[in-house]
Amino acid sequence: MKITKTTSRLLGGAALAGLMLAGAAASAETIFLSTQLRPLEEAQAMRGDILKGVPDVNYVVEEPPQFPIRMTAESQTGRHTISLVGALHGELAPLAERDIFMPLNDLAAELAAAGMPQSVLDLGKLGTDDQEYIPWMQATYVMAAKKEALEYLPEGADINALTYEQLIAWGQAMKDATGAERIGFPAGPNGLMARFFEGYFYPSYTGGVVRSFRSADAVAGWEEFKELWSVVTPNSTNYAFMQEPLLADEVWVAWDHVARLKEALNVFPEDFVTFPAPAGPHGRGYMPVIAGLAIPQGAPDVDGATAIIRHLTQTDTQLLTAELVAFFPTMEVDLPEGGEDGVSLLASAVSATQSAPDALISLLPIGLGDKGGEFNKVYMDTFQRIVLNGEDIAATLAAEGDVLNALMQDTGAPCWAPDASSEGACPVE
Amino acid sequence: MQTKRLTPYLLILPATAFLAVLFLVPLVQTIWLAFSQGNAPSMANFQRMVSDLNFNTALRNTFLLTLFVVPVQIALSLAMGSLAMHIGKGRETILWIWTIPLGISDLAAGLVWLSILQNSGYLNSFLYGLGLIERQQAWLTYQTPIALFFGIAMAEIWRSTAIVMIVIVAGMNQVPKDFNEAAQVFGASRWTRFTKITLPLIRPALQSALILRTVLAFEVFAVVYTLGGRNFPVLMGEAYTWQNTNQNYGVAAAYAVLIMVISLVATFVYLKAIKVDPERLP
Repeated sequence: MKITKTTSRLLGGAALAGLMLAGAAASAETIFLSTQLRPLEEAQAMRGDILKGVPDVNYVVEEPPQFPIRMTAESQTGRHTISLVGALHGELAPLAERDIFMPLNDLAAELAAAGMPQSVLDLGKLGTDDQEYIPWMQATYVMAAKKEALEYLPEGADINALTYEQLIAWGQAMKDATGAERIGFPAGPNGLMARFFEGYFYPSYTGGVVRSFRSADAVAGWEEFKELWSVVTPNSTNYAFMQEPLLADEVWVAWDHVARLKEALNVFPEDFVTFPAPAGPHGRGYMPVIAGLAIPQGAPDVDGATAIIRHLTQTDTQLLTAELVAFFPTMEVDLPEGGEDGVSLLASAVSATQSAPDALISLLPIGLGDKGGEFNKVYMDTFQRIVLNGEDIAATLAAEGDVLNALMQDTGAPCWAPDASSEGACPVE
Repeated sequence: MQTKRLTPYLLILPATAFLAVLFLVPLVQTIWLAFSQGNAPSMANFQRMVSDLNFNTALRNTFLLTLFVVPVQIALSLAMGSLAMHIGKGRETILWIWTIPLGISDLAAGLVWLSILQNSGYLNSFLYGLGLIERQQAWLTYQTPIALFFGIAMAEIWRSTAIVMIVIVAGMNQVPKDFNEAAQVFGASRWTRFTKITLPLIRPALQSALILRTVLAFEVFAVVYTLGGRNFPVLMGEAYTWQNTNQNYGVAAAYAVLIMVISLVATFVYLKAIKVDPERLP
């Protein structure tokens, strides 16, 4: 008996060793490193469903702060392991500046013919002549509201063409009726509130982001924002993802990234409506978030990487991506509308935003390199000083404007839309 | 003879090498990172740190929290320790229950208290059930700084009193029983025995507990972060934000150096203030 047990163990061990050897022999796999779709469920959807059918691909995720360090290290040492990277426009841009990616012009021409809009493709050129990355998927920020909030909507207000004044009136009506502030923003440590100021508040009120930072329009905007904040729940400075307070019934109306609302909309799609962010005097600011695919120079498996890009930009894969992780296609694809699930809800808000007549695109900051965090900090500090600490608006904008100006000079980043373009560093006027 | 003399040094060599590689090297790197800018010596990171919006608040909050939490924990631990000394049967079980929070990570402890104190948490449900509040009351916002402070302090006290208690109970166990018995014979009250016999004799334990807890209190982070987010800045939280969110490693290192200096000063003060007879040192 004893002998049999030992033998079977030995056999098991031998089998395991054999498997491991086989694994090592088949390790000529394409490594796909991504800063996107990192949460466990999203990464699993990527490995199990979205990348299904692509042979020998190893999908590896990386935290955004470590991503440029790793890419630079591989480039400097010349020891390349990664064949394909997936990251946000703003994460790829500083690496492309250092010539870390190979040009993908042929692939871009192929995709343009297959139906990727040229305006979207051009984002991947980063202002150069070469295609530095292929736009992979896109997201944006929208608003979501519980249906019970709709009865407090100010008279005559169209939810798809809301103004900030109407949002304030709406919040006030809900506060009067329920005794609590019912609007919420993700202003906690892991929330994306800085993007609200950069992509929504500033463009809507001033028509710019950097140039108009301390303009008279900005002062008026902050005054109105303080009014808005009086009907925003004070718990907002703790929120990271708005889907949780929406599900907990703490908040009835929220603004956030589509991926951070998805959970609530998926669980109770019939309880929610989605709509574009409000408009200010200069239009309806909105910020598209583009994720792209790039192949590093010296990548060990360029052919494998190209095959994965082709797979991910196919219409079916793009629709599947939207369905599973709520990132929307970069290809010209019609999303199935009128569905009852969270993704169709989000898709309708995204298309209402994009097709709004007063829509004002604000791009993610470009050219700030590793100073992106400090750029966000300027907007969050301004918010903290003016709104939470009640400091004087003009004085705060003057002081923080100096910080912003120094940052722009330091990085030399030129203006991006909707600011008028600049020669050299974008100035704070 | 020669080998015999070398043996102790050879034995501590692996530990020393380990410390040098994994502790001293990062320490030196952090100090250099804090005191340099673009590979040249500079105080720019410290200037940036001191002039930041949240620096003074973080410094004040950290000290307030330490000055409140540590004395409460010492008092509680002395009370718990004295109680435990008087219990005969079941003493081990009670000590075991008291140390449960020790096995829980800071973050988990923060989450436990978050589930109690958040809007839809147990506290509000309880108060609502009793009819004391009409709607959910917010305890952890920037508009309720006092409730937030006590919430965080309570979570910290709950989480880390056990470690102080263990050290103090260990100290109390070493107090010879006959001292107390002799005092009892001469009619000393319970309080007199505690202040004149127990307290002086557990000084070394008290000193270790104070140093340990104070240093940890200056490094408080996860509990504050979970409960207060940005509403209650502390030094360690600012270091984390500068490193992770703002991605400025220099300023983050400056915060780390500041926390280290404060901890060293606190340790030095305790070593000087609480005199321990050399023969009672371990």
